[in-house]
Amino acid sequence: MSDFWKRFSRNRQAVLGLIILCVVIFVAAIANFIFPTDPFLYSKFPLSAPGENGFLLGSDSIGRDVASGIAHGAKTSLLIGLIATLAAVFIGVIFGAFAGYYGGIVDDILMRITEVFQTIPSFVFAILLVAIMKPSIESVVIAITVVSWPAVARLVRGEFLGLKNREFVQACHTLGMSDVRIMLAEILPNCLSPIIVIGSLMVATAILIESGLAFLGLGDPNVMSWGFIISDGRSMLRVAWWICTFPGIAILITVLAINLVGEGLNDALNPRLRERN
Amino acid sequence: MTDKLLQISKLDIALPEGSERDLAVEDLNIELSPGETLCIVGESGSGKSLTARALMGLLPAPHVRVKKGTITFCGEDLTQAAEPRMRQIRGSEISMIFQEPMTALNPVMTIGGQIDEVFRYHAEMSQSERRKRAIELLEDVQLPDPKQIMAAYPHELSGGQRQRAMIAMALALEPKILIADEPTTALDVTTQAQILKLISEMQAVHKSGVLFITHDFGVVADIADRVVVMQYGRVVETGTVDKVLNKPKHPYTKALIASVPSLIPRAPRPRSEQIVLSGDKIQKTFGGGKSFFGLGKPNRFVHAVKDVTLDLRSGETLGVVGESGSGKSTLARCIIRLLDSDSGNIMLDNIDIRALNRAEMRPFRTKIQMVFQDPFASLNPRIKVGQIISQGPIIQGESRQNAEARARELLEIVGLDERAFNRYPHEFSGGQRQRIGIARALALDPEILVADEPVSALDVSIQAQILELLDEIRESMNLSMLFITHDLRVAAQVCDRLAVMRYGEIVETGATGEIFKSPQHSYTRDLLAAVPGQKWDRKIAG
Repeated sequence: MSDFWKRFSRNRQAVLGLIILCVVIFVAAIANFIFPTDPFLYSKFPLSAPGENGFLLGSDSIGRDVASGIAHGAKTSLLIGLIATLAAVFIGVIFGAFAGYYGGIVDDILMRITEVFQTIPSFVFAILLVAIMKPSIESVVIAITVVSWPAVARLVRGEFLGLKNREFVQACHTLGMSDVRIMLAEILPNCLSPIIVIGSLMVATAILIESGLAFLGLGDPNVMSWGFIISDGRSMLRVAWWICTFPGIAILITVLAINLVGEGLNDALNPRLRERN
Repeated sequence: MTDKLLQISKLDIALPEGSERDLAVEDLNIELSPGETLCIVGESGSGKSLTARALMGLLPAPHVRVKKGTITFCGEDLTQAAEPRMRQIRGSEISMIFQEPMTALNPVMTIGGQIDEVFRYHAEMSQSERRKRAIELLEDVQLPDPKQIMAAYPHELSGGQRQRAMIAMALALEPKILIADEPTTALDVTTQAQILKLISEMQAVHKSGVLFITHDFGVVADIADRVVVMQYGRVVETGTVDKVLNKPKHPYTKALIASVPSLIPRAPRPRSEQIVLSGDKIQKTFGGGKSFFGLGKPNRFVHAVKDVTLDLRSGETLGVVGESGSGKSTLARCIIRLLDSDSGNIMLDNIDIRALNRAEMRPFRTKIQMVFQDPFASLNPRIKVGQIISQGPIIQGESRQNAEARARELLEIVGLDERAFNRYPHEFSGGQRQRIGIARALALDPEILVADEPVSALDVSIQAQILELLDEIRESMNLSMLFITHDLRVAAQVCDRLAVMRYGEIVETGATGEIFKSPQHSYTRDLLAAVPGQKWDRKIAG
């Protein structure tokens, strides 16, 4: 573990990313304390510029506090990103593991199913799913999961294909170990590093998809999110630049931070890859 | 000095910081004369390959670099030469043959194209001249039908043919020095004999100096004029081949030579007539199936094991020998039920285990266990050694406590410290890992041990230790062993009986001593004749 940390911290950008990410998580965690009122609560001061009328980052067309929206939205974005990614990794690992381990007809069937999901452009597919299910936080999570898992499935399948013929797996067969145990206890731990890396990058993508959906008005109308604020402020971009700009920067920084951390994890978990550079 | 082609003096090669040692090669002094074959022998990590790379200016800079010393080639110090000059020298004056011809050749270029490239960069010749010369070269290295080979891609040639093509390329511009880095390690023994012969013939014609890097003392005995023995980056002994091999002075050289298994089979042991395992007409084929939806080409059909019948008697070691592709590993995997054979019987305790399904097979797993070839791939890197050894008995219903206590005992039996229990496999060397692999197989108290090339990935001194360990446990636990190997020297020392395999069939079976004394099948005779270093063995023997 300390070895892992040493390798991770050698990458300065990754450490920076981790710090930013921690700040975002911290802000999301204390949103209810610094902005105890409902972020949807409107005031008498619409379109206040940043700093005016006590609004740190200004207010929107009906006087909602942008700073409060960003803080509460951080919680939504991170939660959706995390939950959708966990669900996608779970499904992807199951599909990939069975396809890679059993091969043959099982592999053919599972991979053809995966390909069906991969052929549809993911954002369009996500819009379609949310539109069918009616916008809510659950439907957004489901939509993001459905469009994200095929990448995990393909990765895990590849790893399993490579590992299942390794001699240590054969040794488990000669000991009489069951298939499920071989998959879970023997092979899976050996492909955790690429799964962690792809998972961390998927959190970033999930946040982007969620913001995109909210921007198109397909977010949960009862939950504050970054995409929602931007969507709300886009018609007033020339009058009140701050409404779109600050949540936009929040998305940019968070996604960038997660990507940096993902890269850092990649380097730290695959030390051989790094030496080559 | 002028009559020396190459003179390396006081060469130090530095390794990157934090490596096991500071210098890969330390204070190296080597001389090479025209027409001479100098062998550098050493175990893995001795710095022999880096020496070759330093000569070619191909060290993986900036991490590994020449720290001090000179490499004088025809009066010119190569350590000071600029990169453009090195490019001129490489290929035309010093050329190199690599261990693995498949990776050393460009897979998307024809052999002809790759030879042509050598001429284009180094010589002023017209296209037709170049082609003519390339065909001549392929003829020189005795490749059949050179014109067809010119148009072939590397994957269309066999390993031996690829290595011949590599040699043709290396000799294209008649270099003064040919460096061969383990050129026959990846080849079968009969092919190896041909390639070694070819190299010495080529050398006789071109009068080049050959720097031959190997770990195999048999090869050294056959081709070397002089020998340099390296250990941990230092030269421990140099001298003529006769001196070093027959009257070694340094204790390390002595130990190395002592661990080379002799070709003279060990004395036969009294044997039991009780048969513990018998295979009858085992068949196994691969491929032949169709791709998805029946589209595309059907897969290639390979008959890997054909009608194999063999008996394993109680307490004996039966060796299955053969070259790569002979089906010996497939046979072992069929017997241990890692692969399902197509037909035949495999009788263990009067039950045909071939017909059992996985659940029915489980209790039989305790009777027959396997030791694998690659000590680095055969242990799960994410699981602690203690668990690796104890999980077998736990699966078979043993309590965790008992299994772990037994695992600790086994660690001791295979010669490891009990502290190994809580460590991960990557903390151990190849030989130690192989010991762990053996302990895992023994944890189930098997009656039969199938060992698939258990020592072929190990250095010769470690190999001797592992063979000794296997012998000890076979004796103390009354095991019967099926020992798969390509190395006839190992087979001579370990096996009571031999089964020689070729193209999936057993061509000859018999007691080891008899097969070595009077082989019946022509293929067995070829195999035996191709083992390197036979003259040397006879010299030692008497």
